[in-house]
Amino acid sequence: MDALSRYEPIVDDFEAFLSACERPLPPVVRVNTIKTTIERARRGLEAAGIELDPVEWHPGLFRLPEDQPGANWPYTHGWIHGQEEVSAVPATVLDPQPGERVWDATAAPGSKTTQLAALMDDRGLLVATDNNMGRLSALRSNTERLGVTNVAVTNEDARNHSLKPFGGEDYDRALVDVPCSCEGTIRKNPDTLEEWSLGHVEGIAGVQKGILSRAIQATREDGTVVYSTCTFAPEENEGVLDHVLDTENCRLVEFELPLEYQDGVIEWQDETFDSQVERAKRIYPHHNDTGGFFVAKLEVTG
Amino acid sequence: MSENVSHRFDRLPATEAERDVEGRPTREAVLTFWAERFGIDPETFAAYTFWERGNGKIWAFTGDLETPVDIEALGMSFMRTRQEHWKPTTEAVQRFGPRADRNVIHLDREAAERFLAGEDQQLEWDGDWGYLVVTHDIAGGPEPIGVGLYVHGELRSQIPKGRRRDFSGE
Repeated sequence: MDALSRYEPIVDDFEAFLSACERPLPPVVRVNTIKTTIERARRGLEAAGIELDPVEWHPGLFRLPEDQPGANWPYTHGWIHGQEEVSAVPATVLDPQPGERVWDATAAPGSKTTQLAALMDDRGLLVATDNNMGRLSALRSNTERLGVTNVAVTNEDARNHSLKPFGGEDYDRALVDVPCSCEGTIRKNPDTLEEWSLGHVEGIAGVQKGILSRAIQATREDGTVVYSTCTFAPEENEGVLDHVLDTENCRLVEFELPLEYQDGVIEWQDETFDSQVERAKRIYPHHNDTGGFFVAKLEVTG
Repeated sequence: MSENVSHRFDRLPATEAERDVEGRPTREAVLTFWAERFGIDPETFAAYTFWERGNGKIWAFTGDLETPVDIEALGMSFMRTRQEHWKPTTEAVQRFGPRADRNVIHLDREAAERFLAGEDQQLEWDGDWGYLVVTHDIAGGPEPIGVGLYVHGELRSQIPKGRRRDFSGE
């Protein structure tokens, strides 16, 4: 937990924050509307004797206080997918529409990819990229079980993503849910912070800047890019946004989020970021009793 | 004639007249298979393109791209051709099987559990031998689980090893 003490100056209620970080999280499933309806999935889970609680802000999510998501008939039919509650946020902020061209820049293992496909009603083009072959095989098994047919999977470094196989045309929207130091997953993986180092945070921030830059370049003017992490470190959040606001044609936009959150921070240690980063949202574990998360919505301006 | 290239996706030719790779099935033949074997209207697949990667492995993708496409995956793995009996995948049957009205075998819960666990079982079936859509009832209606091969009075589960589950002890 020591690594978290650096966030005391920016977290609204630091005691509540620390105590939430120590509580485990219940498993959550998302209903896959490509293959069933929310109502039928609920009936299938109840018939399997699985207790479920609704999630107020998202009708397609259920908390399973007593069970794991994988060992039941609704899972077998691809009606449900285990996904941490807060990780369902960025796809809803991106809000892709049926028929659009959408890029999931760091897609594996595919929870968000399959959620994007469902939001697109499985129509249009959804390009899912990851540089790790092993994780791509997990993504493939998820897209298959969930019955996704509008996905095209590429194995490459997102920083060098090529539009060539897809006719060279820019995307309408891109999701950039980058690899990060994962501090916000501590409730699921209590060991997360054991390997923490500032060097790692700073190193991975460089990669994040590269991926977000490529996504902005590959998205059409007036198109939307959503940037998200499951970490608290401003170096990986506002710091990355500050960088692309300076180097790429984009701006940060306001958006609604039906959850409790704090605005992005403008000042961190001895740095001051572009004031637009205030439009990003920080979700702390004590706000909604979830994992921690960071999300920002960008509009491409050229 | 060109050769099949195993690592990339090539769009299926619409008809025999447009085919330039030996043995590659046509879109027409794929649609005819689903219509004749399972009664699924070809209109169901109007928005889909079909692609071959590997020998006889056919993928279904909503939308279209310039052929060939050299990427990791394109849509969903859909069926196996280039063998005597064409075989749908588990994924295709789960996704499109609800529209099937023939060669569908409906199991009770106990038989469905054995099928999902990968077991072969003796069952009465008056219809054709060969690949069947296997369904059971869940949440108020029938739902396809996967593909079974019916021969000699026996339904042989074709559920891939990684997707088998044993719920019998619960």
